[in-house]
Amino acid sequence: MSSAPKGKPAFRLHIAVFLAPAVLVYTTIMIVPLFGTLQLALFRSVDGAQTFVGLGNFEVLFGDPRWSQSFWNALANNTWFFIIHMLVQNPIGIALAALLSRPSLRLRGFYRTAIFIPTILSFVIVGFVWKLILSPVWGVAPGMLDAVGLKFLFAPWLGKEAYALTTLALISVWQFVGIPMMLIYAALLSIPDEILEAAECDGITGFAQFWKIKLPLVLPAIGIISILTFVGNFNAFDLIYTTQGALAGPNFATDILGTFLYRTFFGFQLQLGDPNMGATIASVMFLIILTGVSIYLFGIQTRLRRYQF
Amino acid sequence: MSVARHSNVGSFAAHAILATYTVIALFPVIVIVVNSFKTRKAIFRSPLSPPDGETFSLIGYETVMAQGDFVLYFQNSLIVTVVALALVLLFGAMAAFALSEYRFRGNMLMGLYLALGIMIPIRLGTVAIMQMMVAAGLVPTLTALILVYTAQGLPLAIFILSEFMRTVSDDLKDAGRIDGLSEYRIFFRLVLPLVRPALATVAVFTMIPIWNDLWFPLLLASAEETKTVTLGAQVFIGQFVTNWNAVLAALSLAILPVLVLYIVFSRQLISGITAGAVK
Repeated sequence: MSSAPKGKPAFRLHIAVFLAPAVLVYTTIMIVPLFGTLQLALFRSVDGAQTFVGLGNFEVLFGDPRWSQSFWNALANNTWFFIIHMLVQNPIGIALAALLSRPSLRLRGFYRTAIFIPTILSFVIVGFVWKLILSPVWGVAPGMLDAVGLKFLFAPWLGKEAYALTTLALISVWQFVGIPMMLIYAALLSIPDEILEAAECDGITGFAQFWKIKLPLVLPAIGIISILTFVGNFNAFDLIYTTQGALAGPNFATDILGTFLYRTFFGFQLQLGDPNMGATIASVMFLIILTGVSIYLFGIQTRLRRYQF
Repeated sequence: MSVARHSNVGSFAAHAILATYTVIALFPVIVIVVNSFKTRKAIFRSPLSPPDGETFSLIGYETVMAQGDFVLYFQNSLIVTVVALALVLLFGAMAAFALSEYRFRGNMLMGLYLALGIMIPIRLGTVAIMQMMVAAGLVPTLTALILVYTAQGLPLAIFILSEFMRTVSDDLKDAGRIDGLSEYRIFFRLVLPLVRPALATVAVFTMIPIWNDLWFPLLLASAEETKTVTLGAQVFIGQFVTNWNAVLAALSLAILPVLVLYIVFSRQLISGITAGAVK
């Protein structure tokens, strides 16, 4: 929050002009339909007619064991999915960005371009590529492990209940590590040389410089990538859908909130789609994400110090 | 920049780590592209070797070309992505400027309202969006996709851009005001050039989900003449699951155009980032 008030409090037309296009498009195409969906959560189809049931659908979701079991399973899986991203993706991204921003580094453009390539690929491609590579039928993965004498380690990871979710999370990390890398890299580059030179005059170089000078300066960017990861993971759906299908096999071991919502909303195999229960799950997802983002916005972001260079 | 600042050992280690990670990032893609040029036998017998005179084959590509119009799909994807991206950047930067620069009643509230879209996937509103687009006669058209993607990209763009715009020095803007520049000129001439690295970053992050989206093309543009690359590839692979040549060729065809596009754009991205960093 900025301190000194700028300008007069009177109505200024240019503010409205700056805001209007974005607010207009956003409201009609995103917010209005979203409220349409949230409204559905309060209704239930009785004899083909939509009847208002208040919070009845939420009682079913948390009270009926058939629903609540699937829900908690999906939530637990989703949390694990998120933890892997925070522990693997973001540290790797920051480390790569730090290496890339070394002033005398050669081939910088090549590395940056190459490491970002998986991120530009669609889930359809990534899902199929890894499915093929990890497939026991094709044998790329077992063949490579064999070459280094580790063939016994190979298992059909995507097919085993114990490994499937972690494997998918790591595939997702492989795909998206470019995003934290780029954001942190841009933040590191915008640190003025004077500050780094001053640090060098004080004898702070190399790793210590990164730890004591650069990292604190890019903390706001790290905050942004954390919250982006959180929101992205709790909205995830595509990768699991393309590799494991809507049933999120084996035996729902890779079911996350997105696939659970999809199955409920649109139905699968013999189960008919239930828009009302789907909307209920969507509303719960909304609350989870809202809670996480609020914790960040009010608990963390306000405490971050920003520097004007 | 002094070379002595970093030791040779450190530089070697940096290269070793970056090169290793580059291999991890590229290996799966290369395996797919290389194998798409091989015969079915060679794909299974020696997946890791490049095609030679004997194992080289374009049969997969022939199947793909005979079955789907990938040039048209690519054109559709390109139109949708570029137009939506331009709208997101322009509208997003304008709104971000209004939020970060001016104090007005409801500023905080407006910021929260616009940030709401980061938290909720626009997919949750699919049913209502479908009804709206059908009522407007926009299904199946690329316009429907463009509108949806513009709305989808705006919240994050505004969030990131306003974060960056707060770091633009107030003195500079006030100097512009004293020189009699209008607020619009200050935005377009002073602030936008300074946040160019942020714009490039936002552009990449906005572009990727649009290009890769499967969901909305499936619902809003599934007609043959409006299919995007992602949808085209998905449909094709679904039909040819056991034809490994065709699947690998379709995957390669979906990868290569984006790769070329990205390498072209990454030049812009890099110059954008460095231009902003040097100031």
